[in-house]
Amino acid sequence: MSMFKKILAALLLASIAMSSFLASSQETVRLGTPVTEDQLENFDLVAPPDGSGFPSGSGTARQGKAVFDTNCAACHASNGEGTSGNTVIVGGDMHSEENPLRTVGSFWPYASTIFDYVRRAMPADAPKSLSNTEVYQVTAYVLFLNGIIEEDMVLNSETLQSVEMPNADGFIDRSHIQ
Amino acid sequence: MTKKILEKAAANGLINRRHLLGMGLTGAGVVATNSVMGADAALNFEIPGWSKQPGPGASAYGGRSSYAEQLQRTAGRPNPTYPGGGSSRSPLQHLQGIITPNSLHFERHHAGIPDIDPAQHKLVINGLVRQPLVFSYEDLLKYPMVSRIYFLECSGNSGALLRGVQGGNAQSLHGLVSCAEWTGIPLSTLLDEAGVLPDARWVAAVGADAASMGRSVPIEKALDDTMVALFQNGEPVMPGQGYPMRLFLPGWEGNASVKWLSQLKLTREAVHFRDETSKYTDVLSNRSSLQFTFPMGTKSLITSPSGQMSLPGQGLYKITGIAWSGTGSIRRVEVSADGGRSWADALIESNQFDKALTRFSIPWQWAGGDAILQSRATDSAGNVQPTRDAIIADRGTISFYHNHCIQSWAVTDSGEVSNVYV
Repeated sequence: MSMFKKILAALLLASIAMSSFLASSQETVRLGTPVTEDQLENFDLVAPPDGSGFPSGSGTARQGKAVFDTNCAACHASNGEGTSGNTVIVGGDMHSEENPLRTVGSFWPYASTIFDYVRRAMPADAPKSLSNTEVYQVTAYVLFLNGIIEEDMVLNSETLQSVEMPNADGFIDRSHIQ
Repeated sequence: MTKKILEKAAANGLINRRHLLGMGLTGAGVVATNSVMGADAALNFEIPGWSKQPGPGASAYGGRSSYAEQLQRTAGRPNPTYPGGGSSRSPLQHLQGIITPNSLHFERHHAGIPDIDPAQHKLVINGLVRQPLVFSYEDLLKYPMVSRIYFLECSGNSGALLRGVQGGNAQSLHGLVSCAEWTGIPLSTLLDEAGVLPDARWVAAVGADAASMGRSVPIEKALDDTMVALFQNGEPVMPGQGYPMRLFLPGWEGNASVKWLSQLKLTREAVHFRDETSKYTDVLSNRSSLQFTFPMGTKSLITSPSGQMSLPGQGLYKITGIAWSGTGSIRRVEVSADGGRSWADALIESNQFDKALTRFSIPWQWAGGDAILQSRATDSAGNVQPTRDAIIADRGTISFYHNHCIQSWAVTDSGEVSNVYV
């Protein structure tokens, strides 16, 4: 090998070493701290329709009436008929002649969304103030007010998945259009 | 006054955009040039008072000229059943260029603006990952970042037009769009660190506001151009925009760019949060509802002359406005002065960045008669902004979100400009 080729080879090796050094130094920016799902039990409030994020506990509509009257009725009124546009949570018919009234009962496709939303965001002036048991109870009560479940049905992570919402088939998923 | 013969580009006074470059039109908004230059006896060349005494010195954080303080967002009235909820709208008719100042960027909140101490804030990645992780703000500042100029638009923007709302101006009808330079960490970097498992198809993003607002994002977008944004036009993201960090999904409906980002949970299915089922969905005539409509449509808007302005008299005006698209960059903007019967190509005044506002203009000789001003954008994917009739034919009259129809501004013979439907 000529001197020239030796120098070239050495430069080549050096540049490979340098680029792999740069690549590995990029990869070394890994500053996330490992945690366990158990540690996140109270932090992670995500509760999808498949029941995977639901806490233990249960409740019935009969139990939920008192929770609702105390925490929800000021805005949603005692039977969920609401006090203004966005607070109506019962009634409506997606197939009515006029612009349909969209409520939890007439429009929402999954019962899990009631639990998920109430637990993270309600009551609006004191979100996350209800216990998981109270959230099950009030979710059952809202479903009962809409005529979707019986007053004594025990709602828990298993039974909640089986609740069929009237408008469950009313949505067209456009998420593939990106 | 102009000595050139102006080349007509379309009916009712639209002039070839090339003339803009040589005619000495200056400044923003409605400019009448029918006074003889230099002949105004009222012109006063005495040295003004502010040139005769020193002003205040430097300050810790800049404010505006007292003469520019009328530039304000407009916020809706507080709603006692929705504490902290609502929106504020950018004064589009008074802005120029493509960047929205941070203090005038539109806002939409679902439970008010949390006062977050960055030292206490956590960003968690969990669910279908090899190793759940938590990041501190300090951790995230050490990662390589990217800076990009992107628009952000609430999918409820311009919904009032589908309701046939009377009157209004560019701000009240369309002010839920803004544009900024966003700087942050590609989300793919953080997801790679946690190790996305093959079953993960969605990322549930959750904020640290009182509503813990959540949205589900398809994994493809999360691994594409999505970022965790920490800076907005060079300074830390404003509290109303998600301080200390927000998700940013370029081109997609604003609500999905979750503010005050505190959790990303990888899931098999979408979570069907309240704000992707009950809200931000569009009910069609047959009562099916479009869900997960993500990219915002190709759109443009004349910001001047626009609703509630008045033209001071016949003469030469500069029509200007903004165009944007969630599916690419703006390639072309056309303007009509006769309600869409004839069109002329506008001049593109700004950069034409992908998924960013683009500024356009065209000269217009107003002869004092009725006119209907419209603009129509085309993007790099070939998408053309539709008419309102086309949107309604497509979706019916119930849907409210994702409206990107052509806006019509009528000019009366007295020069009053107003929102109309044609």
